Amino acid sequence: MRLKSALLGAAAGIALAPAAFAERGADGHLNIIYWQAPSILNPYLSSGTKDVESASMVLEPLAGFNEKGELFARLAEDIPTLANGGVSEDLTTITWKLKPGLLWSDGTAVTSADVVFSYEYCTHPEGGCAQAARYEGIQTVEALDDLTVKVTFTAPKPNPYNAFVGSTSPIIQKAQFANCLGAAAPQCTEANFGPIGTGPFTVTEFKPNDVISMAANANYRDPAKPAFATVTFKGGGDAAAAGRAVLETGEFDYAWNLQLAPDVLAGMEAAGKGKVINAFGTLVERIEMNMTDPSPSLAEGERSTVKHPHPILSDIRVRKALSMAIDRNLLVEVGYGKAGRPTCNLVPAPEMFASDNTECLTQDVEGAKALLEEAGWTDSDGDGIRDKDGKKLSLLYQTSVNAVRQDFQALVKQWWSEIGVETELKSVDASVFFGGDPGSPDTFQKFYADVEMYANNFDGTDPEPYLSQYLCDKIPGPDNGWQGENINRFCDPAYDTLVAELAKTGEIEKRAEIAKKLNEMLTKDSYVVVPLVDRGRNSAHSNTLGGVVLNTWDSELWNTSDWFRVK
Amino acid sequence: MLTYSIRRLLIAIPTLLFISLVIFLILEMAPGDPLADQPLTVPPEVREKMRAALGLDQPAWVRYLLWLKQFFWTEPLHLVDSLLGTGFADPAGRIVSWQFRAPAMDIIWQRLPQTLQVVGLAYLVGVIIAVPIGIISAYRQYSWFDNIGTFVSMVGFSVPTFFTGVVLIIVFAVNLHWFPSIYDTTLKVTDWESFLKQARQMVMPVTVLALFNASQISRFMRASMLDNLQQDYVRTARAKGMGEKVVVLRHVLRNSLIPVVTVIALGIPTIFGGAIITEQVFKVNGLGQLLITAIYANDLPMVQTLTFIFAALTVLFNLIADVLYGVLDPRIRYD
Repeated sequence: MRLKSALLGAAAGIALAPAAFAERGADGHLNIIYWQAPSILNPYLSSGTKDVESASMVLEPLAGFNEKGELFARLAEDIPTLANGGVSEDLTTITWKLKPGLLWSDGTAVTSADVVFSYEYCTHPEGGCAQAARYEGIQTVEALDDLTVKVTFTAPKPNPYNAFVGSTSPIIQKAQFANCLGAAAPQCTEANFGPIGTGPFTVTEFKPNDVISMAANANYRDPAKPAFATVTFKGGGDAAAAGRAVLETGEFDYAWNLQLAPDVLAGMEAAGKGKVINAFGTLVERIEMNMTDPSPSLAEGERSTVKHPHPILSDIRVRKALSMAIDRNLLVEVGYGKAGRPTCNLVPAPEMFASDNTECLTQDVEGAKALLEEAGWTDSDGDGIRDKDGKKLSLLYQTSVNAVRQDFQALVKQWWSEIGVETELKSVDASVFFGGDPGSPDTFQKFYADVEMYANNFDGTDPEPYLSQYLCDKIPGPDNGWQGENINRFCDPAYDTLVAELAKTGEIEKRAEIAKKLNEMLTKDSYVVVPLVDRGRNSAHSNTLGGVVLNTWDSELWNTSDWFRVK
Repeated sequence: MLTYSIRRLLIAIPTLLFISLVIFLILEMAPGDPLADQPLTVPPEVREKMRAALGLDQPAWVRYLLWLKQFFWTEPLHLVDSLLGTGFADPAGRIVSWQFRAPAMDIIWQRLPQTLQVVGLAYLVGVIIAVPIGIISAYRQYSWFDNIGTFVSMVGFSVPTFFTGVVLIIVFAVNLHWFPSIYDTTLKVTDWESFLKQARQMVMPVTVLALFNASQISRFMRASMLDNLQQDYVRTARAKGMGEKVVVLRHVLRNSLIPVVTVIALGIPTIFGGAIITEQVFKVNGLGQLLITAIYANDLPMVQTLTFIFAALTVLFNLIADVLYGVLDPRIRYD
């Protein structure tokens, strides 16, 4: 067995050798298509995926995440930890060391001043930085010497890998952005459209919302990489056209995020020019239960607020029955195919944080009916809809306009009608639903409905900020302009205490244990959040493009330096 | 004629101001949020700060007046600056697009060549094929040529471009591999080879749009020719013993062109508006695509600027069409 794996390893080494020893730029031209076009190449001014990912070929953070969600050093020499002394015992500081000899693409040296500047740029009060959340809880960022940066937190930070980690928090060049702080940020068009970076490629021309032309970075730290000399990064159109250009006509090498019906994608793949690849992250499509009363009969300013508990959904038996009636396997089959899998967890990954919670995966219509009977909901007038004390078991179910979501709504409505629940469906345009306009009654935060469906995920691999969204004080309401992430208006003192404990815990195993418990408190213990589908991502690459590893923890283009042409 | 034109131009000023106010109010009242496409992982406090950085914390009338100042004062000054190398304009005061955080006009200038090339050429091709088809169809009314022409123009007019476009892509790009399905906007024509490449990628979008334009214009041409062919002066010309060629091409055609020329002139602003759907289908990424992506991103300054420019062009070409009418037809006098 040992010999066999050694031999296999050697064979793989030989097979990879031509790629590994290739010269920089030897493989010519690379074509990438994103059906959403990049608008700006400065991730600090836009957190749109298209902008962050295109910029990630040029700008790099100190450390990134690999396809397994593990940290690895990019510009840093190694990852600072408690064990190697990089993170202080009291969890209040982290000290990063830059790799020596790093150069910007213009040939100047990368120093700790650039790292400090990146922090100052994003935390400037007038800058409107889109990634400000990554620099939260930081007291100071100081340069100890040319290559060392020390970050001091205002309180112990068990997960210090937020600032300068991942493609949303890259290092920008101080010399280029020095005059672009705060309100001046939007005027630096040249810098925002062509940032000088340390990544494998440099921008040669940027046409916003259209195309980026890139060339290999002559000063990239690995002299043999990248294998491609030039890149065209085209944007725009729709997912079907992008898929067609890679899988059917072969004009492009890589297409991002092909949200297409499973059978459409399979048909395209059959043309034989490329492959569809998929990977899973933390994006979960879920139904959120409203714990407060959204009834229009209440006064404006009292609807969907904690003043009035929900008349039907406050009973856990009803929430559980609604969850039991759903066949998640069928939802996956209809909506996502290979790019989805049924889940009962709000935190489905990384593996160490995912709870072993699979009870909801089997549909149980009879059980659901029995549970509703037990809760006192019976069909007393024989019209097929359960009622109690003269009130019908009728729910308003809203979501954003999206073909898959409307299919899901129809299926769920059908299952709920089987257990005697009447459902009224509503769909709102996505820009309004997610827009957060406090004046609009149709936002997901206002939640003027009984249940609503959407998908959400968390940045990076640590679920703490995500789970903290369900604290009592994060409930949206008229007093805070309907801002707040606790969409369900869930409030449990025990939950709050446990989140506070998580914030104090540094040991990773302990953290995982607490996170699992929190996840269960929201899902199988209370059914406040009813997860449906763990949504993966489909991308496609041509058969002649090698080295692609789909990563859902960081930019999809995280390893373009390793991409090569299969000959 | 001159005083008429001046009077029309003066009337255009309040008209345009009114249009700009209407556009602003419509955009203001429309639902949507420029930060809607930012991921949900961005916390609300950060969103609030980003909104303030875009100037959205100002009241609506301040933003409208600011836009007026930017469009009618700062932008023209900037244009003078860039032409003459002077320094009148304050670069900080220009109209800044929310999605690009860059001056909106710069991006419009960048997109203009793409759109003029593809949509403009399609319009030209459309006119060139529509006029002869209209003439022959009218001269040989109800012949097989006229019937085919009527059929083709009905199809061209009623089948939407997003359908014809995708059909062409599937036939000629996916199955036959003759033309690319994605337009390369970075291609620069420097030699014969790159010219051929450019021609190849323009074939499909130009065909789709030209078919649409031609069907419209050829119907106008035909109808106008038919009107004139029945007139007494045609009979007179024939009675004088003139050849059919002279009768049709000199007498009838000239008179028939008067309404058609104005129709063509009125269609020119739509070239600048781009062809939103066709540009999306072929990824030409011109002004039409710029407008639609700005609408999706709720980039109000960009939408406002673009739609206002289209409105101004429409007003201008209306005036040009009216003046042309007077030039072509000596019987029409405005003064």
